[in-house]
Amino acid sequence: MRKLVLAGNPNVGKSVVFSQLTGSKVMISNYAGTTVEFTKGLLTTESESFEVLDAPGTYSLEPTSKVEEVASTLVDQADIVINVVDATNLERNLFLTTELLERDVPLIVALNMIDEAGHKGVKIDVKKLEELLGVPVIPTVAVSGEGLKELIDYLPEAVNRKNKPLNIPDRWAYIGELVGKVQEVVHRHHSWLETLQDASLRPSTGLPIAALVLFIAFQLVIGLGEFLHEFMEDYIFEGFYETLLLYLSEALGSGGFLHDILIGQLVDGAIDFEESLGVLTTGVFVELGVVLPFLAVFYMVLGFLEDSGYLPRLAVMVDRSMHRLGLHGYSIIPMVLGFGCNVPAALAARNLESRRERFIACTLMSVAIPCMAQLALIVGLVGRHGFEYLAVVFASLFFIWVVLGLIIDRVMPGYTPSMIIEIPPYRIPSIKAQAKKLGMRIRGFLVHATPYILGGILVVNILYTLGIIHFLGVLFAPAVQGLLGLPGDAVSTLLIGFLRKDVAVAMMIPLGLDARQLVIGAVVLAAYFPCAATFTVLVKEMGVVDMAKSAVIMIVTAFSAGFILNLLLDTLIPAAYLAAALIALSLILPMVLGSTSDRRELSDLDETA
Amino acid sequence: MEFSLVEIKPGQTGVISDIRGGSALKTKLNQLGLREGKRIKKISSVFNRGPVTISVDNYQVAVGYGKAIRIMVEVDELEKASPGRES
Ligand SMILES: Nc1nc2c(ncn2[C@@H]2O[C@H](COP(=O)(O)OP(=O)(O)OP(=O)(O)O)[C@@H](O)[C@H]2O)c(=O)[nH]1
Ligand SMILES: [Mg+2]
Repeated sequence: MRKLVLAGNPNVGKSVVFSQLTGSKVMISNYAGTTVEFTKGLLTTESESFEVLDAPGTYSLEPTSKVEEVASTLVDQADIVINVVDATNLERNLFLTTELLERDVPLIVALNMIDEAGHKGVKIDVKKLEELLGVPVIPTVAVSGEGLKELIDYLPEAVNRKNKPLNIPDRWAYIGELVGKVQEVVHRHHSWLETLQDASLRPSTGLPIAALVLFIAFQLVIGLGEFLHEFMEDYIFEGFYETLLLYLSEALGSGGFLHDILIGQLVDGAIDFEESLGVLTTGVFVELGVVLPFLAVFYMVLGFLEDSGYLPRLAVMVDRSMHRLGLHGYSIIPMVLGFGCNVPAALAARNLESRRERFIACTLMSVAIPCMAQLALIVGLVGRHGFEYLAVVFASLFFIWVVLGLIIDRVMPGYTPSMIIEIPPYRIPSIKAQAKKLGMRIRGFLVHATPYILGGILVVNILYTLGIIHFLGVLFAPAVQGLLGLPGDAVSTLLIGFLRKDVAVAMMIPLGLDARQLVIGAVVLAAYFPCAATFTVLVKEMGVVDMAKSAVIMIVTAFSAGFILNLLLDTLIPAAYLAAALIALSLILPMVLGSTSDRRELSDLDETA
Repeated sequence: MEFSLVEIKPGQTGVISDIRGGSALKTKLNQLGLREGKRIKKISSVFNRGPVTISVDNYQVAVGYGKAIRIMVEVDELEKASPGRES
């Protein structure tokens, strides 16, 4: 079977073409660097079957980052390459095209986004372009499927040009001449989207827009998430589902091993979805009744932010502040993704150029960004005691994020080069594409999380039954109690946290903790170590040595933070004041301290990209 | 007159005249289409050493401060070319 590789600049629609050709589902978003790993799919035409590979975007076959390396390696292995080209930016895209034409591989060009080119007044003489390049050029609109049939029909006509290699200036000269012959640009007036586009980049309007967007996103997730959660709890779990489980409980003889595993302990003869700790009671409730509602709303909001093209603009607005933490603006994307799940966030860090940046980004993300699954339980559990306690959790994590970033940037040698990123045009997200993406993410959650959540509850059950938790509780009591002010049995939550964070937070319920203990537990749990799934990916992305360093940072940070909270919260400083103070400090400290990384970059005259 | 991307004002147009950096920086910018002789328009810059956004052909690129000060531009209208910082 021949290998068909989709190559092209970032954000030109490769993944849309891929999913149209193969029917496979992949992430599609309106920013450069969505695809960071290759995905395989199958395309069967009348004459032949192809293995299709969706590559990450790259501007050139001489890679400058980890993701671009992946793309360049894939091209080396290809039997045939479809070069997806953004018709609105022909000149820049042809740089890669001309590089591909020099490789020993048959090439065909998909001239994508031809619809947008029309709107922008760009006219391309396709026949002439085809002639000059010497390979088939097929105009396409990947999102609507236009032209893809022709693309498939023309695959056998792909041509291996094996052109003579050019140096960069000659390449640009050649492209310039070519574009002059095939492209005509008519001036168009700014559309309202373009006006908004520029407004979100100018600080006077862009900063208020950023604040507004983040505020609305936060309100939506917390508000709508809570609403859906309560709806599920009241109408599904405490109605229909509870009745069903009570039948099952009776059928199992209201006790015994299997009953304890599936239903757990009845509280006053009734099921308590939070405390029964059965796989079918607490397990299913945590997954579907608590996490799912919040996660669904979060992914809805994220999907909109991704597809509109706002995220890179947010990156521009926060670039200044991120530099103080040893990162540049684009690392806000892994951070935002991390609120959904830390796994894709760790992968997205591949878009950052240097090992230093990736280390800082991955460490800060796993320490201070709790995933939505964990947040859902924190909001439910801590929020009950008043918003000020929830605020302390958020403020502490924000503070940790900032201070840790400031410290690592100072201590770690080298510097983080400033960013250079393409800002995509705003696009109005299509409802259909949004629904598809949301469905894909929710399915992903259900498939990947179910074994961990239900398994986690099962493990807890077994550990409790065997008395192991209590044994460990007594063993670690001095540390847990003395340092964090939590009961010894809280060790169970830390233990389960290695597996799955949402279950770990849920494990605090039966311990009967008060508000301040819950806050301490939540912060320590969020920071001390990544869950199993994230850990696996981090080891792969950072390597064992960096992961080990990162792990030491995580553990030290988490327990120091827990200890300090234990000292201050409610004993010396009331929750609301502490939250306000932490946020104020997080904002002021970076301004006072400045950035080491910046000074190092400016003094490095021969800056490497 | 030649000014760096940081110095020119939002709205100003010009032609990239020089990239004062190592070859790695030049290559990286080049791959993105930013090269000597290329016409650009500055869209915005964020104060206090924030990134500069420019538009080139039909796309926009955000360039961090550390790189922006190395990209020199021959500005179009001389009378408006006095170095300005902010938007
Ligand atoms: N108007 C229009 N939009 C398109 C077309 N093709 C793709 N898009 C949009 O372009 C954006 C990028 O699409 P992707 O498929 O994620 O691009 P990619 O090339 O895979 O991007 P990376 O993985 O980041 O390199 C998405 O918002 C798509 O909806 C098209 O033909 N017309
Ligand atoms: Mg992609």
